[in-house]
Amino acid sequence: MMIRPFVLLLCLPLASMMQGPSGDEILMRVDKNMFSEQKIVESRMIIHGQRDTRTVESKSWQRGTNESYTEFLAPAREKGTKMLKLKDMLWEYSASTDRTIMISGHMLRQSVMGSDLSYEDMMEDPHLPNIYSATISSSEVIEGRECWVLDLKAKKEDIAYDHRQAWVDKERYLVLKENLYARSGKLLKTVDVREAMHVHNHWLAKSIIYRDVLKEGEGTEFHIDNITLDAEIPDYLFSKASLRR
Amino acid sequence: MLAPKLAFRNIISAGLRTWLNVVALSFSFVVIIFLQGFYDGLNDQAERSTVDALYGGGQYWQEAYDPFDPLTLEDAHAPIPPSLQNLVAEKSAAALLIRPATIYPRGRFRSILLKGIDPGQHIISLPSSLIGNDTALIPGMIGSRMSKNAGLNKGDLVTVQWRDVHGTFDARDVTIVGVFSTTVSEIDNEQIWIPLDRLQQFTRMPGQATMIVLKKDGIPPGNVAGWEFRDLPYLLRDLHALVRMKSVQGSIMYSLLLFLAMLAIFDTQVLSIWRRRKEMGTLMALGMRRTQVIGLFTMEGAFHGLLAAVVAALYGIPLLAIVANIGLALPAATDSFGFAIGERLFPVYSPVLIVGTTALVCIVTTIVSYLPTRKISHLKPTDALRGRIS
Repeated sequence: MMIRPFVLLLCLPLASMMQGPSGDEILMRVDKNMFSEQKIVESRMIIHGQRDTRTVESKSWQRGTNESYTEFLAPAREKGTKMLKLKDMLWEYSASTDRTIMISGHMLRQSVMGSDLSYEDMMEDPHLPNIYSATISSSEVIEGRECWVLDLKAKKEDIAYDHRQAWVDKERYLVLKENLYARSGKLLKTVDVREAMHVHNHWLAKSIIYRDVLKEGEGTEFHIDNITLDAEIPDYLFSKASLRR
Repeated sequence: MLAPKLAFRNIISAGLRTWLNVVALSFSFVVIIFLQGFYDGLNDQAERSTVDALYGGGQYWQEAYDPFDPLTLEDAHAPIPPSLQNLVAEKSAAALLIRPATIYPRGRFRSILLKGIDPGQHIISLPSSLIGNDTALIPGMIGSRMSKNAGLNKGDLVTVQWRDVHGTFDARDVTIVGVFSTTVSEIDNEQIWIPLDRLQQFTRMPGQATMIVLKKDGIPPGNVAGWEFRDLPYLLRDLHALVRMKSVQGSIMYSLLLFLAMLAIFDTQVLSIWRRRKEMGTLMALGMRRTQVIGLFTMEGAFHGLLAAVVAALYGIPLLAIVANIGLALPAATDSFGFAIGERLFPVYSPVLIVGTTALVCIVTTIVSYLPTRKISHLKPTDALRGRIS
């Protein structure tokens, strides 16, 4: 008779292990997989507008979550435009006018180069566990991959999207699909990962489609052509002076 | 009394020459009065409509609000202070909450202003009762310009996206329950009106407003911390400046007309002095001084102005009265000039305008008539009698 409580005590951790990770734990692991301290990214943004499609090429240097420097390489009209993010501030340098402007307030809500992404989307804290608490709502198969469907609820009041749904690859801990909702529950934006890549033990999205669902159109494609993780990035890059270099 | 009688007789005996000048000058009278009346009517009509529809008896603005800087709108909201809240409760003022928002009619993005107003207010002429008796979760009303531009009609559902007080996105469907027609584009263009309590609720700004509109002739309760009072002269200064600018543009036309009429008077005077040398010599030989001869000729010229005023009155009064009564139909494009005047404009002819214009034309005519007569001051009677002029 004394053996039964002992067996129960042994079985409890086992049972919790069999239950699988919690939503918050999954989010932490997603964050760990996706995050690297320093990276250099070369990418293409294909913007499908009402009348035409444009491709914007850029190179970004990112350090942590607070520092990011981006230089636009093409098309000719955007070439030389640079963006600098330092903590919660964002500056844009326009080569054609040789002017640096601070993007703040209402301007943060404007679209970046006519895409479905706003400046504010770019400024968002990429560490989702810092701003959302997650619960697992179900499991689904996306593009042949087993996924957890996480319901993310904002922990703070000043978060742009009150809640989100994220489809997380059970094996790779990569978010394959995301829905962003308004406070009323109306779907505002969707993010779909079309292609993944394995870089230095990290599973990352290589090709993504952002779509503002309230707007007609095919959305904005984002392709990563080259990525270097844990790269050495000089300090001078993250200063306003670097915008005019 | 001899000089005026003589002057009058002289110009009447000049016949067709006089009447041509008088008719040309009378055109100037009528055109000046008509154009000035047009601009006064424009000012009067636009001012009345804007005050009725938006400005009331003045507005209190939340200190961050600047209608010319859309970036300030985000922060332009605050709880209504007690002194203004009392006015709102007494129905002596109406609170408006204004938030930047985005609508997606037919899948296209459009930036608008979402405005909250009490459906039961009677402070401004906006037909806010349209959004008062509807069962829709968020009833909205729009002006006819907005309806045309955004392709929205009564009964349509449109998704509106905004941010609440914390910056969190919210998006809901607004049912357009009414489309109103107004001459005031400031309450129509790129905006949707919804009940104030719903906007306060959905933006999580209970009891807050962007501006308080006082009723017409309402007395502002003095300084209110965090709010700035804007009186009617301040609110209407742009409209007045715009009308002034248009009036200056119009004055170029009638200045040209007046110049041509004055040229005719000047020409007539020069010709008179040249042709009537012997007459001048005779008048001087009979004892008239040079100044009296100058006075006579100047008076003849000035009588053109007076006769022109009489002729202008004969056909101008009935003509301008008809225009003032039935108004002038305006082209559709007038709406885009920023004047709240509607489809017809009714000119306003004030006594000051009529008396002022008559005085101005008569004075200018007299001056122009006097200028050529200065030659007479050097005239010798003997030369004049011989038909010479030095």
